[in-house]
Amino acid sequence: MSLQNNFILNVSDLRKYFNIKEGTVKAVDGVSFSVKYGETLALVGESGSGKTTTGHLIMGFYTPDGGQLTYKDSYDLSVPIKRRSLELKRDLQIVFQDPGTSLNPKHMVKDIVGLPLRIHRVTDKRELHSKVAELLEFVGLSEEFLFKYPQELGGGEKQLVAIARALAPNPSFLILDESTSALDVSSQAKVLNTLNKIQRERNLSYLLITHDLGVVRNIAHRVLIMYLGKVYEEAPTEEFFRKPLHPYTQMLLSSIPALSKEDESVKPKGIESIGEIPSALNPPKGCRFHTRCPFAKPICSEREPPDILADKEHVVRCWLYE
Amino acid sequence: MILSVEDLHVHYKSYWYTHKVLNGVWLRMNEGERVGIIGETGSGKTTLLKSILKVLPQNSVIPRGQIRFRDIEILKADDRVLASVRRREIGMIFQDPMAALNPVFKIKDQLYDIIKYKMLADGVSPSREELHEEALRVLSDVRLPDHERVLESYPFQLSGGMRQRVMIAMALLSAGKLLLADEPTTNIDVTIQDQILRLIGRLVKERGLSTVLVSHALGMVRQMTDRSYVLYAGDIMEEAGTEELFEHPKHPYTQLLIASAPRISERGIGEGIKGKLPDYRSPPSGCRFAPRCPFAMEKCYNVKPGRTQVNADHTVACHLYE
Repeated sequence: MSLQNNFILNVSDLRKYFNIKEGTVKAVDGVSFSVKYGETLALVGESGSGKTTTGHLIMGFYTPDGGQLTYKDSYDLSVPIKRRSLELKRDLQIVFQDPGTSLNPKHMVKDIVGLPLRIHRVTDKRELHSKVAELLEFVGLSEEFLFKYPQELGGGEKQLVAIARALAPNPSFLILDESTSALDVSSQAKVLNTLNKIQRERNLSYLLITHDLGVVRNIAHRVLIMYLGKVYEEAPTEEFFRKPLHPYTQMLLSSIPALSKEDESVKPKGIESIGEIPSALNPPKGCRFHTRCPFAKPICSEREPPDILADKEHVVRCWLYE
Repeated sequence: MILSVEDLHVHYKSYWYTHKVLNGVWLRMNEGERVGIIGETGSGKTTLLKSILKVLPQNSVIPRGQIRFRDIEILKADDRVLASVRRREIGMIFQDPMAALNPVFKIKDQLYDIIKYKMLADGVSPSREELHEEALRVLSDVRLPDHERVLESYPFQLSGGMRQRVMIAMALLSAGKLLLADEPTTNIDVTIQDQILRLIGRLVKERGLSTVLVSHALGMVRQMTDRSYVLYAGDIMEEAGTEELFEHPKHPYTQLLIASAPRISERGIGEGIKGKLPDYRSPPSGCRFAPRCPFAMEKCYNVKPGRTQVNADHTVACHLYE
């Protein structure tokens, strides 16, 4: 079986350590996953889980301290962004969390979206203007936005401009780093719907980095749960919400304030959030979640749990399922 | 009735302009009630809470309105009465504990101050030991571990969740009757948020406090309150029992807002709301939501809708229901 052809991105045993005055922070510590063509994979975790670092490693903002990052079977992504080919840079784009700071306030929308078009020579100069207008229309913004500055736009509109900019060089892989967390729900809905539409029409692959499981439910195909630099559960979205296995996953789901009785029934019963995330400088031995786990056994604090295949494509790392 | 707000207008003055933010806000709550105010960024929800404590910034003016807390006219009360209300009757949990706590003083100094002035208001002048004892007691009320260490810490040395617990402890000290909570869990992870919300819920119940919770997080308001108000651009759009509001929203804004929120039980989100908040310098003269409302009629642009009682437990300010 040649899995290779189905996947746009393969990550295996990825590691990134940061040395600081007090010691070493193992931000990403042995993370493996793959993203299929045209798929949205959600990387979910709370602050300090290493999800953003993982995204930044893929973008080449850092060089990994271990592991392999293979893109489209042929590119090695452990190369920092400065040494990547223009073609590779064009193909991988990112949308950041806060559109208020990721758009240059001195530039008009037409220049913000036009810049990647010029750098990657996507269109010739005479067509630049119409191409920008076309991109804006694609994300649902009218032509009047061309001559506006970021400060004249609402939060959702700014993020749509940031998405248009990321789409400009015609990438095949988009990293969405908390791209809707700073938005109100009414603008978030618009952005999420637009992202879904773009994926359908262009067969893009998304890596969605988020802490919001409501967003995950609505746009992801598969979910990966991270805690203190490690992956503890991986499952297709439907299955994930129907049958969450890892105690941490259950705790996360049970903590969401529910919007309706139906949502209430999705939340796992019999588990309550306790404790705080331990320092990444000195993570607990064995399963890193055992200090907060209500079901922890002696073995959990001694040895790291193995990968357990619970169902087709549903992997959990927990001694309870051994 | 413990608190009533009638026809409250609050404007902010800048050099050239007057920003007409609150536009006749009303609110009524009975003793022991838990009231929620739902509002997106910039809707005026913090302005409303600050008016209740009369701690608005200096550039604010209140051209019209009435706020009654028990038998005190807040807007007309003199400083001595207000000081006593703030010390003994109404406590407020501020949005961002990092901004609300003073970064250059240890937690103990900030906590001692509040305790001291509260005790002085009660006619006791406390010794250093009594202050310390009381501080330990309030910290254990909010389930903070390691009391002595917390007291000796500066705010930056605590985690977000711990800072928020300190804020709650401070607010509870002065909340004899009423607790105001302004987005009490922004920037906090969902598992910690759940712990904080449960803590607030329990303490409020134990002490028989009335609460006003202000938030843009719909699920949180649904979970924490009995009755909810919907605030948009400085106007109360709708008011109902919380369950009723979420099951049968009447105002187009509320309907669109609730439909926009992603669920964890099913895929599919509403299309969001087009446009953005009006400019407070020249807000629409009729219904402030009219420019974004898909059902807007000519009347909506000219006449501000009055309150319509749709049933005993439900009021809406919309021309569609007149």
